[in-house]
Amino acid sequence: MLEIRDLHAKAGDKPVLKGIDLVVRPGEVHAIMGPNASGKSTLAHVLAGRDGFAVTGGSVAWKGKDLFAMTPEQRAREGIFLGFQYPVEIPGVGNTYFLKSAYNAVRKHRGEPEMDAADFLTLIKEKAKLVELSDGLLTRPVNEGFSGGEKKRNEILQMAVLDPALAILDETDSGLDIDALKIVGHGINALRNRDRAIVLITHFPRLLNYVVPDVVHVLIDGRLVKSGHRELALQLEAKGYGWLEGGK
Amino acid sequence: MADKTIENLTSQEYRWGFVTDIEAETVPKGLSEDVVRLISAKKGEPAWLLEWRLKAYRHWLTMKEPRWANVHYPPIDYQDIHYYAAPKAKPKNLDEIDPEIRRTYEKLGIPLAEQEMLAGVAVDAVFDSVSVATTFKDKLAKLGIVFCSFSDAVREHPDLVRKWLGSVVPTTDNFFATLNSAVFSDGSFCYIPKGVRCPMELSTYFRINAKDTGQFERTLIIAEEGAYVSYLEGCTAPMRDTNQLHAAVVELVALDDATVRYSTVQNWYPGDRDGKGGIFNFVTKRGRCKGRNSRISWTQVETGSAITWKYPSCILQGENSVGEFYSVALANHRQQADTGTKMIHIGKNTKSTVISKGISAGHGQNSYRGLVQILPGAENARNYSQCDSLLIGDRCGAHTFPRLDVQNPSAQVEHEASTSRIGEDQLFYCRQRGLSTEDAVNMIVSGFCRRVFKELPMEFAVESQKLLAVSLEGSVG
Repeated sequence: MLEIRDLHAKAGDKPVLKGIDLVVRPGEVHAIMGPNASGKSTLAHVLAGRDGFAVTGGSVAWKGKDLFAMTPEQRAREGIFLGFQYPVEIPGVGNTYFLKSAYNAVRKHRGEPEMDAADFLTLIKEKAKLVELSDGLLTRPVNEGFSGGEKKRNEILQMAVLDPALAILDETDSGLDIDALKIVGHGINALRNRDRAIVLITHFPRLLNYVVPDVVHVLIDGRLVKSGHRELALQLEAKGYGWLEGGK
Repeated sequence: MADKTIENLTSQEYRWGFVTDIEAETVPKGLSEDVVRLISAKKGEPAWLLEWRLKAYRHWLTMKEPRWANVHYPPIDYQDIHYYAAPKAKPKNLDEIDPEIRRTYEKLGIPLAEQEMLAGVAVDAVFDSVSVATTFKDKLAKLGIVFCSFSDAVREHPDLVRKWLGSVVPTTDNFFATLNSAVFSDGSFCYIPKGVRCPMELSTYFRINAKDTGQFERTLIIAEEGAYVSYLEGCTAPMRDTNQLHAAVVELVALDDATVRYSTVQNWYPGDRDGKGGIFNFVTKRGRCKGRNSRISWTQVETGSAITWKYPSCILQGENSVGEFYSVALANHRQQADTGTKMIHIGKNTKSTVISKGISAGHGQNSYRGLVQILPGAENARNYSQCDSLLIGDRCGAHTFPRLDVQNPSAQVEHEASTSRIGEDQLFYCRQRGLSTEDAVNMIVSGFCRRVFKELPMEFAVESQKLLAVSLEGSVG
């Protein structure tokens, strides 16, 4: 579904990704772990198409198509979802209205009729239960005045509604207390299915106690230096990243 | 990427720039006592009104054009303007209106025909300087409401006009208002008698059609004790590559327990992307809360004009009176807007609220200029002001000039201001969820303006949102 081949990219002028190879198939959950500044967020942003990052080599195919030929909104409509490390506030724009517009943009792209406000309200209320978001937060402006935990739960709500084929969750666990982490973890697990792939990007292994990945990759200095099973995450928890950084 | 999208959004063409080809009766260019007399004579005005005009004209000769606003434009040659233009054939009723004019209104989407008026909007349409038709007049008349062109009011209700004309904006008020007093050719008049709640939104649609014509309309609205009226004003002008002057005066009077709500959607031609042509909109709007517990509320959405110079204000004279100002002003391309309000607190327990949202895009320059004045007698006066600016792109500007003058220690005055930019992160967030850049910008801008849109009557709120979207189309990134 997602095939990354020898990907090189710069953030501004600085080379950050230095040859990434990764294949993600439907239903798989991958964890990408690494120390700060190893290139984790850059990888997420390059895949989503953010400005300010230049691809300098390699290729990424999404369902057989060239990912880099698509605009960010086309990628989103084709089923790629990025859960933001720092979800953005949009003052004055209601959370439900925002998500309904996004949802209908995706439906329109698929040639489906737009959903009206009443049906959408039913849908979003149903999905909100998954991450225990109150009705009050659905009518408030997007992320405005939300706590850190509420923002992250709101990201998972958006994922649940938009139903993407691939969800890249960038440090979704950062800044969460243990209760919020459980809720978010539970939400992600509920959204696991055989058609959807999930890429968890994280610094700490603790999220992986709640969402058990099929594969764990370690990203250091722009390269995936090691891949393994869940045990690799446990090793990292015990030993840190130092023992893998020797090679650079 | 961002620049390119700004480029696209700002390149939107003006959609109302058609010219209506009808025979017009025009007074030769230039201004003199003779022209003032001629205008007055053409309108068959009584002697007192001619005297009133002449007094204003003579005073105007002693005045200088104000230059304190944060706007820049070449000198205006006041002798190079037609001060009067009217369609030649005067209609007696709706069916007699020149088909060309009706088509113009249809293009603008104004429901002029009575059968289309079920929407509940009564329109006094001002085409160039003469009010073409007034709909729903009879229905309103049954309630004792007078809603007609200014000229009709002078003929049919001279005592009311004489009593209130100039009582809020005197002939000597300022350069443009004084000029208007001398040469105003028509406008709208509205009188709501004691205890009457006007059952529908009243609306005037202004349009400048004739070339090189200054439009100087005059609006006067009086709400007697306990009366209520909501008034809508919409404006467009055809595309011309020369600048046109618009110097209107609006006076509102609210007596005891009366409420006047005045909403404007201004979409005058803004000039092309290089700043050629467009309307110079130099307007004086003021309301006087004369009675106890009276309320005057200004809501404006300003998306047009090359230059906007406009400060809808409230004189809070009656005890417990309330003044409100809600504004969205957009400056795109080379547009310049210097707008805001004055809240003058005279009476005890007077309250005012100011919510201003300025949006700058392209090379647009947007200034908020406000005065909150608490006079010594205004015990317990309250003011809350909030002025927010939104920048789109990096070639535009936002400026804020608030002034507070508090002469009574019991007053409570609050002022909040913010400036923000539509961030790359906001846009990316929206696009990552599947929204196009344009939809994202419109959504962010609408969210920014929401507090003001809430104050508009429903249809106008929807209309304003669309207008803002059109004005920004092709403009952001």
